[in-house]
Amino acid sequence: MADSKNVMIFGEIVEGKLGAITKELLGGGRKLADELSEVLCAVFIGDHITELAREAFAFGADQVYVVDNPRLAYYQTDLYICSMAEVIERERPRILLFGHTDMGADLGPRLSFRLNRAIVTDCVELSMEMDTEYLLRTKPVSGGIAMATYVSEGFPQLATVRPKSLPPAERGASLAGVTIPIDVDLDQVASRVNVVERVKEEVEGIKLEDAEVIVAGGRGIGSPEGFKELEQAAKFLKGAMGGSRVAVDNGWIPSSLQIGLTGTIVAPRLYLAVAISGASQHMTGCSRSQRIVAINKDPAAPIFKQAHFGVVGDWKVVLPAFINKLRTLE
Amino acid sequence: MNIIVCVKEVPDPEAPVDEFRLDPDKNILVSSPKVLKVPNPFDEQAVEAALRIKDRSGAKVTILSLGRGLDRVVVKKPLLMGADDLVLLEDEAFADGDSWSTAYGLAAAIKKIGVYDLVLCGRQAADWNAGQTGLGIAELLNLPSVTVARKIEIMDGKAKVERVTTNGYEVIEVILPALITVSNELGQARYPAVQNIRKADKIQPVTWKPVDIGLEPFSVGSQGRRLKLLKLFQPVFEGTCEMIEGETLQEAAESLSLRLRKEKIL
Repeated sequence: MADSKNVMIFGEIVEGKLGAITKELLGGGRKLADELSEVLCAVFIGDHITELAREAFAFGADQVYVVDNPRLAYYQTDLYICSMAEVIERERPRILLFGHTDMGADLGPRLSFRLNRAIVTDCVELSMEMDTEYLLRTKPVSGGIAMATYVSEGFPQLATVRPKSLPPAERGASLAGVTIPIDVDLDQVASRVNVVERVKEEVEGIKLEDAEVIVAGGRGIGSPEGFKELEQAAKFLKGAMGGSRVAVDNGWIPSSLQIGLTGTIVAPRLYLAVAISGASQHMTGCSRSQRIVAINKDPAAPIFKQAHFGVVGDWKVVLPAFINKLRTLE
Repeated sequence: MNIIVCVKEVPDPEAPVDEFRLDPDKNILVSSPKVLKVPNPFDEQAVEAALRIKDRSGAKVTILSLGRGLDRVVVKKPLLMGADDLVLLEDEAFADGDSWSTAYGLAAAIKKIGVYDLVLCGRQAADWNAGQTGLGIAELLNLPSVTVARKIEIMDGKAKVERVTTNGYEVIEVILPALITVSNELGQARYPAVQNIRKADKIQPVTWKPVDIGLEPFSVGSQGRRLKLLKLFQPVFEGTCEMIEGETLQEAAESLSLRLRKEKIL
């Protein structure tokens, strides 16, 4: 097999702009490329995205590849896998990084099986093992109780990367760069999966990932009405409301408000965990908060091991008293 | 309608964190005897998805589990929920695999089962959180795949799936046979039902070793791994939790407000 070289990242255009995840992959990818003294490439797949893809040059990409085809306007597994397989066949990257996004978490693993290679998903750390030039990929396991570092043979070395784990590249001077089109013959490729509708469920108010203050509830809230109280508290604190997986499973809050390993990962200034036990699946979602305050009636609840401040007691008494006191201080 | 659901036995992810200890020499997370083995929660929801289809329009639901020394209480739980059949890939050779070697084994078993319209998996397993095995099976069997489903309906030889996305959901149609991974947004899985006990007791699981599904032991389990686990470590939680107390809960709550104000957190 011909030598594999260079770091390639899968770019995403989100709402007409370079996605935040793409800037993070370019930031992290740049470090790896520099360590290897190799080139940083970005690949974009879509329809009429060539101009938008050029933004990647301004964020540090040395080369930008584009697979531009009307059939690729929206993510479709069969077509995107064929396109990526073609890109990899031609360009033979050493390393290929995806964001662990709706697209990446679906495309990355299936592509890895197509290529007969191993992938590590939801990585929070990447580094080079310099003597082998293999990529060391670290990710949380057991719902976040532990971290695992993996290595595998063969190229490309594949990973999907958790959003907000790599430092994003900064916009530099708009470098002049020419995108390289890659033509993929999709005529013979059937798309067996068809998206008939895309529904946006807009969340009122501040988005969880942007909120400075989050009030989150768990099993102990017990009902949708309970969550209405948390919503009021969040509003007063000018923050957002969220909850654990249990709350979603019970239908107390919509799934868009789930915080945790398979929900949204947040890092606000203040995370107020109300009646949340602190299972690692949930804590993975909020452990990077600057301050975690826990209210729980169980003094042995695991959350008190990760919180900065805690009150043991019934949230139905503690939360209103807490909020009312703050009101008087206004 | 024939549905195969892959269910993995895992240490209970809801068990307290304290019950898990890292053995740095062996690179494994050891759970205390207090930690029960359970079906992977997302896989239970995959079983629930299959049973909802069975309730609505009839189906034969076959459960497929892989491992070593599988707990019969755990692997039979889906039968008590209402599934019809159980196939076990049980052998030392199947143990300690990664997504590759596990998908390889499961795909070979599914091929041997032969007749199926739908394969369901949980979106990821609670122990290693890879989220790849379902997609791997789909690729190995050349099946179309849809991930992160919260609703599955069958009509006219197609599955109509609601797929969870970051901003909402997609409505997807896929021709059968297909593989779909299920997420917790599907809702609570049903509890085992008393009325299923007698039927479940009569069901004898089919047990296969690698040779039964045409595979060499070195292609499955730990020998078939492509990912090598270099290091397992635990993030250290620095700092301690300051417990805020008071004569009454009210007082404690108010002290908390003052404290956070003082620290300029609020």
